[in-house]
Amino acid sequence: MTTTLKPATAAREASHQPGPLALALRQGRLELTQFLRSRESVVFTMGFPIIMILIFAAVFDGEIAPGVSFPQYFITGMIAAGLMTVSFQNLGIWIPIERDRGVLKRYRGTPMPKWVYFAGKVIMVVVVGITETALLIAVSVAVFDLQLPGTAAKWLTFGWVSVLGITACTLCGIAISSLARTARSGSAVVTPVALILQFTSGVFFVFTQLPSWMQQVAALFPLKWMCQGLRSVFLPDTFAGQEPGGSYELGRVALVLAAWCVIGLLLCLGTFRWTTRRDG
Amino acid sequence: MENELAIVARGLRKAYGENTAVAEVDLEVRRGEVFALLGPNGAGKTTTVEILEGYRRRDAGEVSVLGSDPATPAANWRNRIGIVLQGVGEFDELSVSEVVHHFAGFYADADDPEKVIARVGLAGKSRARTHTLSGGQKRRLDVALGIIGRPELLFLDEPTTGFDPEARREFWQLIRDLAAAGTTIVLTTHYLDEAEALADRVGVIASGRLIEVAAPEHLGNRQQAHATVSWRTPEGLTESAESATPTELVTELAARFGGEVPGLTVTRPTLEDIYLQMIGHR
Ligand SMILES: Nc1ncnc2c1ncn2[C@@H]1O[C@H](COP(=O)(O)OP(=O)(O)OP(=O)(O)O)[C@@H](O)[C@H]1O
Ligand SMILES: [Mg+2]
Repeated sequence: MTTTLKPATAAREASHQPGPLALALRQGRLELTQFLRSRESVVFTMGFPIIMILIFAAVFDGEIAPGVSFPQYFITGMIAAGLMTVSFQNLGIWIPIERDRGVLKRYRGTPMPKWVYFAGKVIMVVVVGITETALLIAVSVAVFDLQLPGTAAKWLTFGWVSVLGITACTLCGIAISSLARTARSGSAVVTPVALILQFTSGVFFVFTQLPSWMQQVAALFPLKWMCQGLRSVFLPDTFAGQEPGGSYELGRVALVLAAWCVIGLLLCLGTFRWTTRRDG
Repeated sequence: MENELAIVARGLRKAYGENTAVAEVDLEVRRGEVFALLGPNGAGKTTTVEILEGYRRRDAGEVSVLGSDPATPAANWRNRIGIVLQGVGEFDELSVSEVVHHFAGFYADADDPEKVIARVGLAGKSRARTHTLSGGQKRRLDVALGIIGRPELLFLDEPTTGFDPEARREFWQLIRDLAAAGTTIVLTTHYLDEAEALADRVGVIASGRLIEVAAPEHLGNRQQAHATVSWRTPEGLTESAESATPTELVTELAARFGGEVPGLTVTRPTLEDIYLQMIGHR
């Protein structure tokens, strides 16, 4: 009965607009729903790294160093490349499509805070990234006896390298999405960047066998450092001597990845476009 | 001011390179009013409306929409306006119900999503994926998303394009209901009957200039316009005359024919005639 005495304005105040966390989670759920419902993207995103590692395992059997099999080495690159596919490529291709379709324009017309859109993408990417990595590792353990990290410290390193790496790649993916002017050009922009980085960062080749100038160029970008951080997790400590710096340089890994998070965030905030050029 | 006028624009200008899309537009929309913008393709309707919505930057002029400059709106501003854009694509892989529920979550005082879906006539399509909707059904979804936040001010850019006649009538009723509940409505349209049926005032825009703003019945001095009286002569020919005083002419004709005037019609220019004349002069 008392509720009927409330003036209309009070009712307006009292109505519940979700808080920031709830908004982000709702957006994340929506993004995940959309991702999971487009079957091809699920199959390709999840399946690509697994197929790649199976091919590698079939092509290179043998050992790269005493006690270190080729697949044990290349799993690090595949995990890193998989995380990059889920975040950087996925967003760099999808956001231009959403922009072109006017989905972003619609969001801009609502009271949704801008960051909620990014948060939704991050949540989607993290969930898909974790699932995809877990699958990749499970298949690798089953098929070629991948040795899992043996200490809590290594698992911890696995955690922070993945989180920093996927965050940096997500932000860079959102940032690069503004370069594409149309829905179609998204993959044209992103795919070469991703492929070149993968070839030069030690995903497909043993990093130290690459020409040193190429190693130096790759060291400017996050993927090389993600691979290196993951090698410290999956390869024995004795292997550290074979790294270009003579050790896994975890401090530097953290620093470069964090720097790319900051650069990516600034690029996102500074250059993100909600509408296409023809929207005036 | 804030209380009487929902929109005030003065000297609005926007050019794309050499092409002036909007030139010196002055516009006032009162609270609670239904205002229609009419104009041919490329006249500048969308550009004007999207400046008011905060999507496009103006080159010059002053604008106040619900007391805010749309380029730098107050925090709560987007909660108070609803937007139906002219051409906008669908969401991927989501159902009507999911999209409307999701958007309801963005607003402080959203309407009941199921109610809104029913209101725009999509109740039967609630679970359908948005990309499977027909053109007119997609447009209804756009309208649903425009009104889900219970806006004080609703913009609709050619909302009924693609509607079948029945849907258009239903939509008109929806607009009337919203207006009756106090919503200020700005809509653009190419349909003169729509402007006439809905709008309290109509603005005619051509080549970026607002050439007239008036109630539909007063547009282009329609009421003062001469009526055309036509009738059939005893020889079977149709004759007609323009007259400022048609009643007098008809009385005279009645006397001449000794009662019933064969084939008598008295017409005034339709809104369409007036409108075509207005934009034809550009
Ligand atoms: N993003 C843009 N870039 C360049 N020119 C533009 C842009 N948007 C609009 N114009 C130009 O501005 C003018 C007005 O366009 P606008 O879209 O406002 O017209 P309109 O009245 O909405 O037309 P319609 O009835 O076809 O929707 C046109 O000459 C158009 O070519
Ligand atoms: Mg238009």
